[in-house]
Amino acid sequence: MARIIVITSGKGGVGKTTTSAALAMGLAQQGKRTVVIDFDVGLRNLDLIMGCERRVVYDFINVINGEANLNQALIRDKRCDHLYVLPASQTRDKDALTKEGVDRVLTELSEGYDFIVCDSPAGIEHGANMAMYFADDAVVVTNPEVSSVRDSDRMLGILSSRSRRAENGEEPISEYLLLTRYDPERVANGEMLSVDDVQEILSLKLLGVVPESKAVLNASNAGVPVILDRESDAGQAYNDMVSRYLGEDVPHRFLNPEKKGFLSRLFKG
Amino acid sequence: MAVNSSSQNNDADGSRSFELKAASFTLPIIRLMDNNVEAVAARLGKKVEKAPHFFRNTPVVIDLSGLAGSGAGGADLPLLVGLLRGYGMIPFGVRGGSKEQHAAAEALELAVLRDSYVKRDKTKEAEGAEPEDSAPSEQAPQPRASQGQAQRANQGFLLVTRPVRSGQRVYAAGGDLSITAAVSSGAELMADGNIHVYGPLRGRALAGMSGNLEARIFCQDLQAELVSIAGHYRVSENIPSEMRGVPVQIFLDQKVLRIEKL
Repeated sequence: MARIIVITSGKGGVGKTTTSAALAMGLAQQGKRTVVIDFDVGLRNLDLIMGCERRVVYDFINVINGEANLNQALIRDKRCDHLYVLPASQTRDKDALTKEGVDRVLTELSEGYDFIVCDSPAGIEHGANMAMYFADDAVVVTNPEVSSVRDSDRMLGILSSRSRRAENGEEPISEYLLLTRYDPERVANGEMLSVDDVQEILSLKLLGVVPESKAVLNASNAGVPVILDRESDAGQAYNDMVSRYLGEDVPHRFLNPEKKGFLSRLFKG
Repeated sequence: MAVNSSSQNNDADGSRSFELKAASFTLPIIRLMDNNVEAVAARLGKKVEKAPHFFRNTPVVIDLSGLAGSGAGGADLPLLVGLLRGYGMIPFGVRGGSKEQHAAAEALELAVLRDSYVKRDKTKEAEGAEPEDSAPSEQAPQPRASQGQAQRANQGFLLVTRPVRSGQRVYAAGGDLSITAAVSSGAELMADGNIHVYGPLRGRALAGMSGNLEARIFCQDLQAELVSIAGHYRVSENIPSEMRGVPVQIFLDQKVLRIEKL
């Protein structure tokens, strides 16, 4: 049985798709059979971030409607054999996601994979509900600013009341916090919420802190999940996140401003 | 004190000509087990004879759930309602029963009450409607619905051990509400009795929902957006800064809302 992970946030533009791509790639590189599904029907992006946009033939909605089978729609990643992408439809809207259809696809995937990563659309409407309904784990992606934190809080409330686990009275979804676009220098200057500030409001298990990094945009443009950029701080932070998700105890990095070198300190004044 | 006067002023200048509140009542229910109105009439007649005053002007609810499977529109509602009125009762609603029966009830201007013991499409209500939108009878099951982890020790008393998140609403009908975790801003706590919060209270807390002036709010760390007792409220802006972040109790003193350090 696969573990179903939803990457969600409520607010848009916080890094859900970047995180979905990174987590899926990271899990696959650890030898886990992983499939990542784009639930953002009508505004699909995951295929771009994964660099497989030219290979999309059938999509998630085709499978739900029985117009194609899963094997036709799944795209195998060229960089990692264990990773598959199930793209969203760009021509349909979220209503095409039926609960029965999503259930059927997830059940079928569960048999052949270890992890199913669901990239949720922004908002708290139907698309986001479908992405999180069947989840076992949820990674709540949050930026260190008040509006994002409040939206995440709202999403956590929905996770605990509207999911399949909640409706069946089962053990609740395991919720994790991932802080992205974190700028330690601005935090030090008091311009940005700190990890502790966010944790005080959300009080969740912290899966990772990804620093604001130019590498993320570069990776998106190139269609390469940023986790593959081992040189970059964001890539390393995502690698730590995957290890933590798999149960390793990895210390958090990138929480403090970079130490200025001796020379730059000397010539600063 | 500035706030107290503001809420009082509202009353005085008539900008608050009414209040919408939720209340719960205990009502007699007539549970039909038989389609035969004649048989019902005969038995009911005997009952009423024994205690005629007890039934005079008594509002009653007609429970149709015992007639399940007896066919559409099985209960002859107009006859039955006439019968009850004849005995001095005031039938005002039905519960249970089929769609046809509900249509018949609506035609008679009877309310169709939801059955609180039937599991319903809970999430929509828990997340959606404003308190003003839902009838009191609909609110009661909400705590169970919106809080999967809410532990209901017994009727009317509600204990919640998980954080109450932005957008969630918890209502303890007929009793006290205790929360042992944080209450986020944008969350709403409601209770007919007292409210106790042992984590930071950042959302709204409304005690004494059914008009109980004795209800109080107790909290360890007051950062609330709004506190209210029996409709007398105060918003965050008007909570003195020395009361924020410390353990306090909030209560009504001569209909004036007071916040006091514990």
